[in-house]
Amino acid sequence: MSHPVKTHISGTAHGFREDYKKLGGASSSRRSFLGVLLGAGASGVGALLSVPLLRFLLHPLVRAKAQVSWKEIGSVEELASVTSPVKKLVKVEQRDGWRRIVSEKAVYVYRDSNGHLCALSSVCPHLGCSIAWHDDKNKFICPCHNGQFAADGKLLGGPPPRGMDQLKSKVEGGKLVVHYQTFKQLVPIKEVIA
Amino acid sequence: MATQPKEPGTYNPWIDQRTGIGDRRKGIAESPLRAVLDEAIPGGASLAYVFGSGLLYLFLSQVVTGMFLALYYVPSADHAHTTVAYLTKEVTSGSFLRSVHAYGSSAIVIVLLLHVSQTFLYGAYKGRRKLLWLAGCVLFALMLGMSFTGYLLPWDQKAYFATTVGTNILTYIPVIGSPLKSLLRGGAEMGTLTLSRFFVLHVFLLPALIVIFIAAHIFLFRKAGPAGPIQGDPQTLKRSTEPFYPKQAVFDLLFALVIIGCLGLLAHYLPVALGPKANPSDTHYVPRPEWYYIPVFQWLKYWESGFAVVGILVIPAFAALLFTALPFLDRRPERRPWKRPVSMSIYGFIFIGLGALGGISHRNDLRDPAIAAQLAKQQADVAAFIKKPFEPELAGVSPFAAMPLSPVASQGKKVFERERCIECHGEDLSGTPSAPSLLGVGQKHDASRLRSILQQPSDAMADGGMQPVDVNEEDLTALIAFLESLK
Repeated sequence: MSHPVKTHISGTAHGFREDYKKLGGASSSRRSFLGVLLGAGASGVGALLSVPLLRFLLHPLVRAKAQVSWKEIGSVEELASVTSPVKKLVKVEQRDGWRRIVSEKAVYVYRDSNGHLCALSSVCPHLGCSIAWHDDKNKFICPCHNGQFAADGKLLGGPPPRGMDQLKSKVEGGKLVVHYQTFKQLVPIKEVIA
Repeated sequence: MATQPKEPGTYNPWIDQRTGIGDRRKGIAESPLRAVLDEAIPGGASLAYVFGSGLLYLFLSQVVTGMFLALYYVPSADHAHTTVAYLTKEVTSGSFLRSVHAYGSSAIVIVLLLHVSQTFLYGAYKGRRKLLWLAGCVLFALMLGMSFTGYLLPWDQKAYFATTVGTNILTYIPVIGSPLKSLLRGGAEMGTLTLSRFFVLHVFLLPALIVIFIAAHIFLFRKAGPAGPIQGDPQTLKRSTEPFYPKQAVFDLLFALVIIGCLGLLAHYLPVALGPKANPSDTHYVPRPEWYYIPVFQWLKYWESGFAVVGILVIPAFAALLFTALPFLDRRPERRPWKRPVSMSIYGFIFIGLGALGGISHRNDLRDPAIAAQLAKQQADVAAFIKKPFEPELAGVSPFAAMPLSPVASQGKKVFERERCIECHGEDLSGTPSAPSLLGVGQKHDASRLRSILQQPSDAMADGGMQPVDVNEEDLTALIAFLESLK
């Protein structure tokens, strides 16, 4: 009994392969049908398995947008003297994946023709530079590409495709609050990003 | 491409002409695809042969899930736990993927043991398969290394303390033990450098080595050919020889499907938990390693300091050496298990011994009321932590330093600093072990409530060391204004 075992162990694998070839193997059409079946099955299972992977990958893109939160700019009394645009800082909290970032964003407060306090984003709608107010020239000028805007943010000239972006604001409990948002650059009509 | 007629026996003439991969008209030597699919299995396909390819599938699954987990993971002591909590609690399918990855490591150990047992029972390490066995032994060690290094990465209590113990074991090695431990830890203590080192081992070095040794293992397997059944005369075996495809391929795919099913169900219905962040100052924590290390853990308890090096180092090293050298020690061609009583009994004894050690460890934990209570508490802590919603980490500017404050609130900030509130509530106000975070306190309490807390702390606060604030009315008002601004 030990003899055949020995042969098996020390005989070459090649020998078996040659023998198998002589035997002819299964019919090729049956094999190819099974091949298609197995290929389809494996692809199906693969597709199913990739669903959680894709959902995991795309999570940051499809996550529900943050709720509107109003940030305080200052009290109405404090802002009573505002005639020409004034720069104010608002504390904005953003989610950055697993982090919470608190950063300061600059907004301009001005008074519209009806005497209401309004807020403008300081981000240029052209390529995103920070726009500065020039009291002496009575207009906003973007330092990067010389985009120019009126005190209420209307486009006066230069490369920007639209005027400065209005931010939603309201007076609440004697305080001016703003809903800080960022908008897409280089489009003629403002479009919210976050 | 269109001008080339499809010839029978080819899959894609354009590719086959250039690579010969799928050309089934060619011999096994020239066509790699044929070489794979037509691999002759003496004695025919068998369910006993599925474990090797099962391991290959599991490794692939670990690579893919690991790669995706790395999309959100940060290997540093101050972010690792937060990022794992984020991907577990918040990211879609995150808990599922992490569970598939964590259970996958256990599955690898199980299938690995089945694979080794099958090889051992069938005597398939003998004859021309010595090098194949050695490559397999290296893979075994690398896989254990993967599970050990991966265990630390979530940086929760369990991970931290189990790895502290695990790395401390190295100090038993004479002379080089301590330097080796420091090398692995990146210093004398466990810390963020330890995490980086484990991450590099887990994600770069060990997987690269595993890929190399899998390639070597498969190459050597192809070279030697499948071992086939344990007995039978050569003529019968020749007649019953089958190619790998289709029958064995179907068996292998079915086994992969079983693995997918088990991992999927476990990950969905019993997701892997995450404990609270590692707290090195916790002196009560009772660490327990992953289930497959429990027998070793129990074994270590029996060795008193004087002989520890024998039990912890000499005996395991000797056993590993014996295991690796098996094909060189057992040189008889006999493959039938019932004709190999000595090696079979040793194998059985080791398995029963490991099982018994595991059982004893479990029983000891249940019997010792102090340990049982602590383990139950730890379990409750984990359950409580996993239920809590994810809390994002505050980053960037310290809100305390950069906060725009009204004049009265900035006056209050000075009072806050003068009264040394920072000492207990933390420099960034996010709290310390002795006092809670003050961030958001302005949202929680109104001015009058803040005033009463400051003047007359509750009993719980007083117990924690909170003193009534003794300042004049102006300063108190300013301090309240400052606290109110903490939103």
